[in-house]
Amino acid sequence: MNIPSNLKYTKSHEWVRVETDGTVTVGITDHAQELLGDLVFVELPEVGKELAAEQEAAVVESVKAASDVYAPIAGTITETNPAVVDAPESVNQDAYAAWLFKMKPANPADVDALLDAAAYTASAAE
Amino acid sequence: MTQKTVLNDMHRRLGAKMVDFGGWDMPLHYGSQIEEHHAVRRDCGMFDVSHMCAVDLAGTDARKFLLRLIANNVDKLRERGKALYSAMLNESGGVIDDLIVYFIADGQYRLVINAGTAEKDLAWMAARLAEWQLDATIAPRRDLAMIAVQGPNAKTKVWQALPETRTASEPLKPFYAVTVGDYFIATTGYTGESGFEITLPAHLAETVWQKLLEAGIRPIGLGARDTLRLEAGMNLYGQDMDETVSPLDAGLAWTIDLEAPRDFVGKTALLANPPSKQFLGLLLLDKGVLRAHQKVITANGDGEITSGTFSPTLQQSIALARLPLATAIGETVQVEIRDKSLTAKVVKPCFVRNGKALV
Repeated sequence: MNIPSNLKYTKSHEWVRVETDGTVTVGITDHAQELLGDLVFVELPEVGKELAAEQEAAVVESVKAASDVYAPIAGTITETNPAVVDAPESVNQDAYAAWLFKMKPANPADVDALLDAAAYTASAAE
Repeated sequence: MTQKTVLNDMHRRLGAKMVDFGGWDMPLHYGSQIEEHHAVRRDCGMFDVSHMCAVDLAGTDARKFLLRLIANNVDKLRERGKALYSAMLNESGGVIDDLIVYFIADGQYRLVINAGTAEKDLAWMAARLAEWQLDATIAPRRDLAMIAVQGPNAKTKVWQALPETRTASEPLKPFYAVTVGDYFIATTGYTGESGFEITLPAHLAETVWQKLLEAGIRPIGLGARDTLRLEAGMNLYGQDMDETVSPLDAGLAWTIDLEAPRDFVGKTALLANPPSKQFLGLLLLDKGVLRAHQKVITANGDGEITSGTFSPTLQQSIALARLPLATAIGETVQVEIRDKSLTAKVVKPCFVRNGKALV
Protein backbone atom coordinates (compact mmCIF):
# COMPACT_ATOMS: atom_id res chain seq x y z
CA MET A 1 0.00 0.00 0.00
CA ASN A 2 1.15 3.52 -0.85
CA ILE A 3 0.90 5.48 2.43
CA PRO A 4 3.23 8.53 2.53
CA SER A 5 4.76 9.10 5.96
CA ASN A 6 4.38 12.91 5.84
CA LEU A 7 0.57 12.81 5.91
CA LYS A 8 -2.08 12.22 8.57
CA TYR A 9 -4.97 9.79 8.05
CA THR A 10 -8.43 8.77 9.24
CA LYS A 11 -9.92 5.31 9.67
CA SER A 12 -12.43 6.23 6.95
CA HIS A 13 -9.54 6.52 4.44
CA GLU A 14 -9.06 10.29 4.12
CA TRP A 15 -5.54 11.73 4.01
CA VAL A 16 -4.77 15.11 5.58
CA ARG A 17 -1.85 17.46 4.93
CA VAL A 18 -1.20 20.45 7.19
CA GLU A 19 -0.16 23.48 5.11
CA THR A 20 2.15 26.27 6.23
CA ASP A 21 -0.78 28.70 6.51
CA GLY A 22 -2.48 26.40 9.02
CA THR A 23 -5.16 25.09 6.64
CA VAL A 24 -5.44 21.36 5.96
CA THR A 25 -5.75 19.70 2.55
CA VAL A 26 -7.91 16.57 2.36
CA GLY A 27 -8.16 13.73 -0.14
CA ILE A 28 -8.83 10.01 -0.18
CA THR A 29 -6.02 7.49 0.19
CA ASP A 30 -4.56 5.31 -2.51
CA HIS A 31 -6.00 2.32 -0.66
CA ALA A 32 -9.47 3.94 -0.80
CA GLN A 33 -9.31 4.59 -4.56
CA GLU A 34 -8.23 1.00 -5.09
CA LEU A 35 -11.20 -0.29 -3.09
CA LEU A 36 -13.59 1.96 -5.01
CA GLY A 37 -12.32 1.25 -8.52
CA ASP A 38 -12.58 3.69 -11.42
CA LEU A 39 -14.03 6.97 -10.16
CA VAL A 40 -16.55 8.67 -12.44
CA PHE A 41 -18.05 11.46 -10.31
CA VAL A 42 -16.93 13.70 -7.48
CA GLU A 43 -19.20 16.08 -5.57
CA LEU A 44 -17.46 18.67 -3.41
CA PRO A 45 -18.76 20.88 -0.57
CA GLU A 46 -19.53 24.59 -0.88
CA VAL A 47 -16.72 26.93 0.14
CA GLY A 48 -17.61 28.47 3.49
CA LYS A 49 -19.48 25.44 4.74
CA GLU A 50 -18.81 24.61 8.39
CA LEU A 51 -18.43 20.95 9.20
CA ALA A 52 -18.10 18.90 12.36
CA ALA A 53 -15.50 16.15 12.52
CA GLU A 54 -16.69 12.99 10.76
CA GLN A 55 -19.51 14.88 9.05
CA GLU A 56 -20.13 14.07 5.35
CA ALA A 57 -18.14 16.55 3.29
CA ALA A 58 -17.91 15.16 -0.25
CA VAL A 59 -19.06 12.20 -2.34
CA VAL A 60 -16.92 10.10 -4.65
CA GLU A 61 -18.66 7.68 -6.99
CA SER A 62 -17.08 4.82 -8.85
CA VAL A 63 -18.79 2.87 -11.63
CA LYS A 64 -20.02 0.54 -8.95
CA ALA A 65 -21.02 2.67 -5.94
CA ALA A 66 -21.21 6.02 -4.18
CA SER A 67 -19.03 6.65 -1.14
CA ASP A 68 -19.00 9.53 1.36
CA VAL A 69 -15.86 11.47 2.19
CA TYR A 70 -15.86 12.81 5.75
CA ALA A 71 -14.39 15.92 7.29
CA PRO A 72 -11.37 14.60 9.22
CA ILE A 73 -11.65 17.40 11.77
CA ALA A 74 -14.08 20.23 12.54
CA GLY A 75 -13.60 23.35 10.46
CA THR A 76 -14.64 25.51 7.53
CA ILE A 77 -14.21 24.67 3.85
CA THR A 78 -11.87 27.26 2.32
CA GLU A 79 -11.26 25.83 -1.16
CA THR A 80 -12.23 22.89 -3.36
CA ASN A 81 -10.38 21.31 -6.27
CA PRO A 82 -12.31 21.79 -9.54
CA ALA A 83 -9.78 19.58 -11.39
CA VAL A 84 -11.08 16.40 -9.73
CA VAL A 85 -14.66 17.30 -10.63
CA ASP A 86 -13.65 17.58 -14.28
CA ALA A 87 -11.42 14.48 -14.14
CA PRO A 88 -12.49 12.10 -11.36
CA GLU A 89 -10.03 9.51 -12.73
CA SER A 90 -7.16 11.72 -11.54
CA VAL A 91 -7.90 10.38 -8.03
CA ASN A 92 -7.24 6.85 -9.31
CA GLN A 93 -4.05 7.98 -11.02
CA ASP A 94 -2.55 9.79 -8.02
CA ALA A 95 -4.71 9.91 -4.92
CA TYR A 96 -2.25 12.12 -3.03
CA ALA A 97 -1.97 14.73 -5.79
CA ALA A 98 -5.72 14.84 -6.51
CA TRP A 99 -6.87 16.63 -3.36
CA LEU A 100 -10.58 17.24 -2.80
CA PHE A 101 -10.94 20.19 -0.42
CA LYS A 102 -9.10 22.44 2.03
CA MET A 103 -10.33 23.35 5.51
CA LYS A 104 -9.51 25.92 8.16
CA PRO A 105 -9.52 23.87 11.36
CA ALA A 106 -11.79 25.01 14.20
CA ASN A 107 -9.05 23.83 16.51
CA PRO A 108 -5.59 23.32 14.94
CA ALA A 109 -4.59 20.81 17.64
CA ASP A 110 -7.30 18.40 16.37
CA VAL A 111 -4.91 17.33 13.62
CA ASP A 112 -2.58 15.77 16.19
CA ALA A 113 -5.26 13.23 17.10
CA LEU A 114 -5.40 11.84 13.54
CA LEU A 115 -3.62 8.61 12.57
CA ASP A 116 -0.02 8.67 11.42
CA ALA A 117 1.12 6.52 8.49
CA ALA A 118 1.97 3.52 10.68
CA ALA A 119 -1.36 3.62 12.50
CA TYR A 120 -3.26 4.00 9.21
CA THR A 121 -1.36 1.10 7.67
CA ALA A 122 -2.44 -1.06 10.60
CA SER A 123 -6.00 0.25 10.41
CA ALA A 124 -6.31 -0.30 6.66
CA ALA A 125 -4.99 -3.85 6.96
CA GLU A 126 -7.81 -4.83 9.34
CA MET B 1 -19.80 -21.89 0.63
CA THR B 2 -18.63 -19.80 -2.30
CA GLN B 3 -18.47 -21.72 -5.56
CA LYS B 4 -15.65 -21.40 -8.04
CA THR B 5 -15.58 -21.80 -11.79
CA VAL B 6 -12.87 -23.92 -13.37
CA LEU B 7 -11.11 -20.67 -14.40
CA ASN B 8 -10.80 -19.34 -10.83
CA ASP B 9 -7.01 -19.89 -10.61
CA MET B 10 -6.58 -18.27 -14.00
CA HIS B 11 -8.39 -15.10 -12.86
CA ARG B 12 -6.20 -14.88 -9.78
CA ARG B 13 -3.04 -15.35 -11.88
CA LEU B 14 -4.24 -12.51 -14.11
CA GLY B 15 -4.53 -10.25 -11.06
CA ALA B 16 -8.31 -10.07 -10.92
CA LYS B 17 -10.08 -8.40 -8.03
CA MET B 18 -12.49 -11.15 -7.00
CA VAL B 19 -15.98 -10.63 -5.57
CA ASP B 20 -18.88 -12.76 -4.47
CA PHE B 21 -21.55 -12.77 -7.18
CA GLY B 22 -24.67 -14.83 -6.45
CA GLY B 23 -22.61 -17.25 -4.36
CA TRP B 24 -19.78 -17.48 -6.91
CA ASP B 25 -16.24 -16.15 -6.52
CA MET B 26 -15.92 -14.13 -9.74
CA PRO B 27 -13.58 -11.48 -11.22
CA LEU B 28 -14.93 -7.91 -10.80
CA HIS B 29 -12.11 -6.48 -12.93
CA TYR B 30 -8.49 -7.17 -13.80
CA GLY B 31 -7.28 -3.59 -13.17
CA SER B 32 -9.62 -1.04 -14.68
CA GLN B 33 -13.30 -1.67 -15.25
CA ILE B 34 -13.61 1.30 -17.59
CA GLU B 35 -10.70 0.22 -19.80
CA GLU B 36 -12.24 -3.24 -19.99
CA HIS B 37 -15.55 -1.72 -21.02
CA HIS B 38 -13.90 0.28 -23.83
CA ALA B 39 -11.95 -2.80 -24.96
CA VAL B 40 -15.21 -4.66 -25.61
CA ARG B 41 -16.79 -1.71 -27.48
CA ARG B 42 -13.70 -0.95 -29.57
CA ASP B 43 -11.88 -4.30 -29.96
CA CYS B 44 -13.00 -7.32 -27.97
CA GLY B 45 -12.80 -9.04 -24.63
CA MET B 46 -13.71 -12.31 -22.95
CA PHE B 47 -15.76 -13.15 -19.91
CA ASP B 48 -15.81 -16.29 -17.81
CA VAL B 49 -19.55 -16.96 -17.55
CA SER B 50 -19.19 -20.55 -16.34
CA HIS B 51 -21.23 -19.68 -13.25
CA MET B 52 -24.27 -19.64 -15.51
CA CYS B 53 -25.84 -23.06 -15.83
CA ALA B 54 -26.45 -24.94 -19.06
CA VAL B 55 -29.38 -27.33 -18.80
CA ASP B 56 -30.08 -29.99 -21.41
CA LEU B 57 -33.66 -30.91 -21.97
CA ALA B 58 -34.38 -34.06 -23.98
CA GLY B 59 -37.33 -36.34 -24.66
CA THR B 60 -40.40 -36.74 -26.84
CA ASP B 61 -42.29 -34.15 -24.77
CA ALA B 62 -39.43 -31.62 -24.50
CA ARG B 63 -41.18 -29.15 -26.83
CA LYS B 64 -44.55 -29.59 -25.13
CA PHE B 65 -42.87 -28.99 -21.76
CA LEU B 66 -41.23 -25.74 -22.89
CA LEU B 67 -44.47 -24.50 -24.48
CA ARG B 68 -46.02 -24.52 -21.01
CA LEU B 69 -42.94 -23.74 -18.92
CA ILE B 70 -41.74 -20.47 -20.41
CA ALA B 71 -43.51 -17.28 -21.45
CA ASN B 72 -42.01 -16.92 -24.92
CA ASN B 73 -43.22 -19.32 -27.59
CA VAL B 74 -40.75 -22.10 -28.28
CA ASP B 75 -42.60 -22.84 -31.55
CA LYS B 76 -40.75 -19.80 -32.93
CA LEU B 77 -37.71 -22.10 -33.02
CA ARG B 78 -38.09 -23.76 -36.42
CA GLU B 79 -34.48 -23.93 -37.53
CA ARG B 80 -31.90 -26.03 -35.73
CA GLY B 81 -29.52 -23.93 -33.64
CA LYS B 82 -31.96 -21.00 -33.31
CA ALA B 83 -32.04 -19.34 -29.88
CA LEU B 84 -34.92 -17.69 -28.02
CA TYR B 85 -34.85 -15.34 -25.02
CA SER B 86 -37.65 -15.89 -22.52
CA ALA B 87 -38.86 -15.31 -19.01
CA MET B 88 -39.97 -18.24 -16.86
CA LEU B 89 -42.93 -17.14 -14.74
CA ASN B 90 -44.68 -18.35 -11.62
CA GLU B 91 -48.48 -18.70 -11.39
CA SER B 92 -48.87 -15.10 -10.24
CA GLY B 93 -46.96 -13.86 -13.28
CA GLY B 94 -43.70 -12.99 -11.45
CA VAL B 95 -40.38 -13.71 -13.11
CA ILE B 96 -38.63 -16.80 -11.70
CA ASP B 97 -35.73 -16.28 -14.10
CA ASP B 98 -34.84 -15.13 -17.59
CA LEU B 99 -33.10 -17.60 -19.84
CA ILE B 100 -32.04 -18.49 -23.36
CA VAL B 101 -33.25 -21.67 -24.98
CA TYR B 102 -31.42 -23.16 -27.97
CA PHE B 103 -33.16 -25.59 -30.32
CA ILE B 104 -30.64 -28.38 -30.92
CA ALA B 105 -32.82 -30.98 -32.70
CA ASP B 106 -36.33 -32.40 -32.40
CA GLY B 107 -36.81 -33.33 -28.74
CA GLN B 108 -33.52 -31.68 -27.78
CA TYR B 109 -33.02 -28.22 -26.28
CA ARG B 110 -30.37 -26.45 -24.25
CA LEU B 111 -31.33 -23.78 -21.72
CA VAL B 112 -28.92 -21.33 -20.12
CA ILE B 113 -30.13 -20.07 -16.75
CA ASN B 114 -28.72 -17.56 -14.26
CA ALA B 115 -26.17 -18.58 -11.62
CA GLY B 116 -27.96 -17.26 -8.54
CA THR B 117 -31.29 -18.79 -9.50
CA ALA B 118 -30.05 -22.13 -10.90
CA GLU B 119 -31.08 -24.39 -7.98
CA LYS B 120 -34.48 -22.72 -7.66
CA ASP B 121 -35.05 -22.97 -11.43
CA LEU B 122 -34.10 -26.65 -11.57
CA ALA B 123 -36.40 -27.51 -8.66
CA TRP B 124 -39.24 -25.59 -10.33
CA MET B 125 -38.68 -27.32 -13.68
CA ALA B 126 -38.51 -30.77 -12.11
CA ALA B 127 -41.74 -30.13 -10.18
CA ARG B 128 -43.61 -28.93 -13.29
CA LEU B 129 -42.34 -31.87 -15.33
CA ALA B 130 -43.63 -34.30 -12.70
CA GLU B 131 -46.93 -32.42 -12.32
CA TRP B 132 -47.61 -32.40 -16.06
CA GLN B 133 -46.47 -36.02 -16.43
CA LEU B 134 -44.43 -35.36 -19.55
CA ASP B 135 -41.69 -37.49 -21.02
CA ALA B 136 -38.44 -35.50 -20.83
CA THR B 137 -35.23 -35.37 -18.84
CA ILE B 138 -33.67 -32.24 -17.32
CA ALA B 139 -29.89 -32.43 -17.05
CA PRO B 140 -27.90 -29.53 -15.52
CA ARG B 141 -24.48 -29.52 -17.17
CA ARG B 142 -22.05 -28.54 -14.41
CA ASP B 143 -19.39 -30.40 -16.42
CA LEU B 144 -19.38 -27.51 -18.90
CA ALA B 145 -17.67 -24.12 -18.81
CA MET B 146 -18.72 -21.00 -20.72
CA ILE B 147 -16.58 -18.25 -22.19
CA ALA B 148 -18.20 -15.23 -23.85
CA VAL B 149 -16.04 -13.36 -26.38
CA GLN B 150 -17.62 -10.06 -27.38
CA GLY B 151 -16.70 -7.01 -29.44
CA PRO B 152 -16.22 -5.94 -33.06
CA ASN B 153 -13.06 -8.09 -33.41
CA ALA B 154 -14.31 -11.00 -31.29
CA LYS B 155 -15.09 -13.45 -34.08
CA THR B 156 -11.85 -12.88 -35.99
CA LYS B 157 -9.78 -13.41 -32.87
CA VAL B 158 -11.71 -16.53 -31.86
CA TRP B 159 -11.06 -17.99 -35.32
CA GLN B 160 -7.39 -17.13 -34.92
CA ALA B 161 -7.27 -18.98 -31.58
CA LEU B 162 -9.57 -21.85 -32.58
CA PRO B 163 -9.29 -22.12 -36.38
CA GLU B 164 -11.16 -25.42 -36.44
CA THR B 165 -14.35 -23.60 -35.40
CA ARG B 166 -14.42 -21.12 -38.28
CA THR B 167 -16.20 -23.04 -41.03
CA ALA B 168 -19.14 -23.92 -38.83
CA SER B 169 -19.46 -20.64 -36.92
CA GLU B 170 -18.86 -18.11 -39.70
CA PRO B 171 -22.28 -18.47 -41.38
CA LEU B 172 -24.18 -18.12 -38.07
CA LYS B 173 -26.66 -15.27 -37.98
CA PRO B 174 -27.25 -13.49 -34.64
CA PHE B 175 -28.99 -15.64 -32.00
CA TYR B 176 -28.01 -19.03 -33.40
CA ALA B 177 -25.71 -21.79 -32.19
CA VAL B 178 -23.79 -24.68 -33.68
CA THR B 179 -21.89 -27.62 -32.25
CA VAL B 180 -18.30 -27.94 -33.47
CA GLY B 181 -16.49 -30.90 -31.95
CA ASP B 182 -16.23 -30.16 -28.23
CA TYR B 183 -17.56 -26.63 -28.61
CA PHE B 184 -21.10 -25.30 -28.61
CA ILE B 185 -20.73 -21.90 -30.24
CA ALA B 186 -23.53 -19.35 -30.06
CA THR B 187 -23.94 -15.86 -31.50
CA THR B 188 -25.65 -14.67 -28.33
CA GLY B 189 -24.30 -12.22 -25.77
CA TYR B 190 -24.94 -9.63 -23.10
CA THR B 191 -23.03 -6.60 -24.34
CA GLY B 192 -24.75 -5.25 -27.46
CA GLU B 193 -21.71 -6.25 -29.54
CA SER B 194 -21.26 -9.15 -31.91
CA GLY B 195 -19.30 -12.19 -30.80
CA PHE B 196 -19.62 -15.71 -29.51
CA GLU B 197 -20.63 -17.48 -26.34
CA ILE B 198 -18.60 -20.70 -26.29
CA THR B 199 -19.74 -23.60 -24.13
CA LEU B 200 -17.12 -26.32 -23.73
CA PRO B 201 -16.10 -29.18 -21.45
CA ALA B 202 -14.77 -27.71 -18.17
CA HIS B 203 -11.48 -29.60 -18.47
CA LEU B 204 -10.68 -27.72 -21.71
CA ALA B 205 -11.52 -24.27 -20.35
CA GLU B 206 -8.02 -23.29 -19.12
CA THR B 207 -6.37 -24.32 -22.39
CA VAL B 208 -8.92 -22.47 -24.50
CA TRP B 209 -8.80 -19.36 -22.26
CA GLN B 210 -5.00 -19.37 -22.67
CA LYS B 211 -5.31 -19.64 -26.47
CA LEU B 212 -7.77 -16.75 -26.50
CA LEU B 213 -5.41 -14.67 -24.35
CA GLU B 214 -2.59 -15.41 -26.80
CA ALA B 215 -4.81 -14.23 -29.66
CA GLY B 216 -4.89 -10.85 -27.89
CA ILE B 217 -8.30 -11.12 -26.28
CA ARG B 218 -8.43 -9.22 -23.03
CA PRO B 219 -10.14 -10.72 -19.96
CA ILE B 220 -13.13 -8.66 -18.77
CA GLY B 221 -14.70 -8.73 -15.31
CA LEU B 222 -18.29 -8.64 -14.17
CA GLY B 223 -18.03 -4.90 -13.49
CA ALA B 224 -17.71 -4.08 -17.19
CA ARG B 225 -20.23 -6.81 -18.00
CA ASP B 226 -22.78 -4.79 -16.01
CA THR B 227 -22.03 -1.41 -17.65
CA LEU B 228 -22.01 -3.06 -21.10
CA ARG B 229 -25.39 -4.77 -20.61
CA LEU B 230 -26.89 -1.60 -19.17
CA GLU B 231 -25.73 0.44 -22.18
CA ALA B 232 -27.25 -2.29 -24.37
CA GLY B 233 -30.53 -1.95 -22.43
CA MET B 234 -30.54 -5.56 -21.31
CA ASN B 235 -32.24 -6.57 -18.08
CA LEU B 236 -30.43 -8.11 -15.12
CA TYR B 237 -32.34 -10.68 -13.11
CA GLY B 238 -32.71 -9.74 -9.44
CA GLN B 239 -32.30 -6.07 -10.27
CA ASP B 240 -34.64 -5.12 -13.13
CA MET B 241 -37.03 -7.98 -12.44
CA ASP B 242 -37.74 -10.73 -9.96
CA GLU B 243 -40.60 -12.90 -8.71
CA THR B 244 -42.58 -9.87 -7.55
CA VAL B 245 -42.40 -8.06 -10.90
CA SER B 246 -44.56 -8.68 -13.95
CA PRO B 247 -42.54 -9.09 -17.17
CA LEU B 248 -44.97 -6.54 -18.66
CA ASP B 249 -43.59 -3.95 -16.22
CA ALA B 250 -39.98 -4.97 -16.86
CA GLY B 251 -39.74 -4.33 -20.58
CA LEU B 252 -40.28 -7.97 -21.52
CA ALA B 253 -43.68 -7.65 -23.25
CA TRP B 254 -41.93 -8.30 -26.58
CA THR B 255 -41.04 -11.80 -25.37
CA ILE B 256 -44.62 -12.69 -24.49
CA ASP B 257 -47.48 -13.49 -26.83
CA LEU B 258 -50.75 -13.25 -24.94
CA GLU B 259 -52.92 -13.54 -28.08
CA ALA B 260 -51.98 -17.09 -29.07
CA PRO B 261 -54.17 -19.91 -27.75
CA ARG B 262 -51.11 -21.54 -26.11
CA ASP B 263 -51.33 -21.73 -22.31
CA PHE B 264 -48.24 -21.18 -20.16
CA VAL B 265 -47.53 -20.70 -16.48
CA GLY B 266 -48.37 -17.14 -15.48
CA LYS B 267 -50.54 -16.34 -18.53
CA THR B 268 -53.81 -16.10 -16.59
CA ALA B 269 -52.20 -13.70 -14.12
CA LEU B 270 -50.76 -11.54 -16.91
CA LEU B 271 -54.16 -11.33 -18.65
CA ALA B 272 -55.81 -10.32 -15.38
CA ASN B 273 -53.14 -7.71 -14.56
CA PRO B 274 -52.34 -5.38 -17.45
CA PRO B 275 -49.07 -3.41 -17.35
CA SER B 276 -48.90 -0.80 -14.57
CA LYS B 277 -45.56 0.76 -15.51
CA GLN B 278 -43.42 1.44 -18.56
CA PHE B 279 -39.86 0.22 -18.57
CA LEU B 280 -37.72 2.98 -20.09
CA GLY B 281 -34.24 4.42 -20.16
CA LEU B 282 -32.99 7.56 -18.44
CA LEU B 283 -30.12 9.76 -19.51
CA LEU B 284 -28.89 12.05 -16.76
CA LEU B 285 -28.47 15.60 -18.06
CA ASP B 286 -26.91 16.92 -14.84
CA LYS B 287 -23.68 15.64 -13.32
CA GLY B 288 -23.98 12.66 -11.01
CA VAL B 289 -24.63 8.94 -11.14
CA LEU B 290 -28.03 7.28 -11.32
CA ARG B 291 -28.36 4.20 -9.09
CA ALA B 292 -30.93 1.50 -8.43
CA HIS B 293 -33.87 2.44 -6.17
CA GLN B 294 -33.58 6.20 -6.69
CA LYS B 295 -36.97 7.88 -6.98
CA VAL B 296 -38.00 9.40 -10.30
CA ILE B 297 -40.49 12.28 -10.27
CA THR B 298 -42.49 12.78 -13.47
CA ALA B 299 -45.44 14.91 -14.50
CA ASN B 300 -47.59 11.78 -14.30
CA GLY B 301 -46.45 10.37 -10.97
CA ASP B 302 -43.40 8.71 -9.47
CA GLY B 303 -41.21 5.93 -10.80
CA GLU B 304 -38.13 4.06 -9.68
CA ILE B 305 -34.72 3.30 -11.12
CA THR B 306 -34.01 -0.44 -11.26
CA SER B 307 -30.41 -0.27 -12.59
CA GLY B 308 -28.16 2.74 -12.98
CA THR B 309 -24.54 3.43 -13.68
CA PHE B 310 -22.07 5.73 -15.35
CA SER B 311 -21.88 4.89 -19.05
CA PRO B 312 -18.23 4.82 -20.15
CA THR B 313 -19.27 5.04 -23.81
CA LEU B 314 -21.59 8.03 -23.42
CA GLN B 315 -19.58 9.62 -20.59
CA GLN B 316 -22.76 10.33 -18.68
CA SER B 317 -25.00 8.44 -16.34
CA ILE B 318 -27.74 6.13 -17.63
CA ALA B 319 -30.42 4.01 -16.00
CA LEU B 320 -33.27 1.61 -16.57
CA ALA B 321 -36.43 2.64 -14.75
CA ARG B 322 -40.04 1.72 -14.17
CA LEU B 323 -42.03 4.88 -14.93
CA PRO B 324 -45.74 5.80 -15.04
CA LEU B 325 -47.59 4.53 -18.14
CA ALA B 326 -48.20 8.06 -19.43
CA THR B 327 -44.47 8.85 -19.56
CA ALA B 328 -43.31 9.82 -23.07
CA ILE B 329 -39.93 9.32 -24.72
CA GLY B 330 -38.09 12.65 -24.76
CA GLU B 331 -39.71 14.18 -21.70
CA THR B 332 -37.58 15.35 -18.81
CA VAL B 333 -37.98 14.02 -15.29
CA GLN B 334 -36.35 14.67 -11.92
CA VAL B 335 -34.32 12.08 -10.02
CA GLU B 336 -33.74 12.38 -6.29
CA ILE B 337 -30.06 11.81 -5.55
CA ARG B 338 -29.12 12.41 -1.93
CA ASP B 339 -30.34 15.92 -1.11
CA LYS B 340 -30.53 17.03 -4.75
CA SER B 341 -33.04 16.79 -7.54
CA LEU B 342 -31.34 16.20 -10.90
CA THR B 343 -32.76 16.37 -14.42
CA ALA B 344 -32.84 13.32 -16.68
CA LYS B 345 -34.28 12.68 -20.13
CA VAL B 346 -36.51 9.70 -20.87
CA VAL B 347 -35.15 7.60 -23.75
CA LYS B 348 -35.67 4.19 -25.29
CA PRO B 349 -33.86 1.67 -23.08
CA CYS B 350 -31.10 0.87 -25.55
CA PHE B 351 -28.26 3.34 -25.26
CA VAL B 352 -25.43 1.78 -27.26
CA ARG B 353 -25.35 -0.94 -29.92
CA ASN B 354 -22.34 -2.17 -31.91
CA GLY B 355 -20.11 0.58 -30.56
CA LYS B 356 -22.53 3.37 -31.55
CA ALA B 357 -24.44 5.67 -29.24
CA LEU B 358 -28.19 5.53 -29.93
CA VAL B 359 -29.29 8.37 -27.66
